[in-house]
Amino acid sequence: MTPPPLLVIATTLVVLLGLATMLTWAERRLLGLWQDRYGPNRVGPGGLFQAVADGIKILFKQDWIPPFADRPVFVLAPAIGMMTVLLAFGVIPVTALWSIAGDLNIGLLFVFATMGLGVYSVVLAGWASNSKYALLGGMRAAAQMMSYEVFMGLSTLGVVMTAGSFGLRDIVQAQAGLWFVIPQCLGCVVFLLAGIAETHRLPFDLPEGENELGAGFHTEYSGMKFGMFFLSEYAGIVLVSALVTTLYLGGWQGPVLPPALWFAAKTGALVCLFILLRAALPRPRYDQLMALGWKVLLPLSLLNIVATGAVLLLRAPG
Amino acid sequence: MTTSMPFLLSALVAVWATFMVVTRAVAIHALLYLVVALLALACVFDVLGAPFAAILEVIVYAGAIMVLFVFVVMMLNLGRPDRLRENSWIAPRGWIGPGLLAALLLAALADALVVAAPDGGPIAVIDTRQVGLALYGPYVLMVELASFLLLAGLVSAFRIGRHIRGEDAP
Repeated sequence: MTPPPLLVIATTLVVLLGLATMLTWAERRLLGLWQDRYGPNRVGPGGLFQAVADGIKILFKQDWIPPFADRPVFVLAPAIGMMTVLLAFGVIPVTALWSIAGDLNIGLLFVFATMGLGVYSVVLAGWASNSKYALLGGMRAAAQMMSYEVFMGLSTLGVVMTAGSFGLRDIVQAQAGLWFVIPQCLGCVVFLLAGIAETHRLPFDLPEGENELGAGFHTEYSGMKFGMFFLSEYAGIVLVSALVTTLYLGGWQGPVLPPALWFAAKTGALVCLFILLRAALPRPRYDQLMALGWKVLLPLSLLNIVATGAVLLLRAPG
Repeated sequence: MTTSMPFLLSALVAVWATFMVVTRAVAIHALLYLVVALLALACVFDVLGAPFAAILEVIVYAGAIMVLFVFVVMMLNLGRPDRLRENSWIAPRGWIGPGLLAALLLAALADALVVAAPDGGPIAVIDTRQVGLALYGPYVLMVELASFLLLAGLVSAFRIGRHIRGEDAP
């Protein structure tokens, strides 16, 4: 039996925003663990309420819009970021029955559309702030996200060809026998790298590289508007993890445990991988980042498409 | 019927946003309204039964091309003087001639629509598979020509962008 759509939407929103909030704490604790220190451990059991304390603090901070900023666009930018990430979750199938629009036949394209629109958040924030650091951050973000979207789209084509559908639920169901991470391992790696660049997380967080740009595109933001950027970044991490789970790790499929738990476990493990990468890797130079994209990832994803196509043709009956 | 409520709403938004594009003095604001117009157009496509075209409209136009426009305008660093100059260009007197011509065109279009297609007819949803088959079936020549054009563009962009040893930097 399918649950009522409004219930699914409400649950998704609550879980997602709660998860993004708690990730701010989880990330600092995990980083502490991997760097041999404690991290926030004072508020509540194990520091669990740190996120709540931070939330209250950030809500009471002065919400300042610089007089030199372009007011409407300045306010709009963080909202666009949050909205596009939340929209993309609409097509992700948590289980076969539990999803808002998991059976949408252009589901994957819808995700790319929302991600493409998500670029505006960063670019407009950089422009509307009317400050040099923010503008440089916004420009970097635009170039980086545009480039990596290309490889992101190309790397998933192997999955689409094998599954024969853009619908995310069909893609998960096509992985009943074998998860796509094995035949599509090249695509999976490219997708994951592009996902990191797309959410501008370390090591690819050049748009907000603090040693050269202050805080990059959100230098001029304060209070909850800054909080929105922060939360949408974490929601973006969850989104990319959920997408990798759906496209390459068989989604909700797995033995013994209930499907929702499998989905949560796979997504959670990938989120931890994101955080581990931040703890482990240094930041490359900007030109190195772009060169990696266009000179390595693009040929690799094209190669992946050609190889997948050849294998599919050879295997096709007749 | 094509005159459903979602269709009318998104068409209205598209027209209104396009009007705002023309009348904005700040380039980025105009571009943002253009993005809204493109999104509204995507909605129109979807309502008319072309979800694939709609999503491509969002990915290609709103998500890629317009970002590049915004990117370029950002780098131009337009300030207050440009805004004032732009404002002086969109003086009301300049609107009369184009407004009349556009009204004539609109009348012609409305007449054509009413006479030629009083009823939109039933909507058939075109899915991705059908689009793909059409592109690589009857329209394969067009696809190949378009890719030639893109390749030529790519090669010339590469040639222009490359720094050649011995030549002075542009």
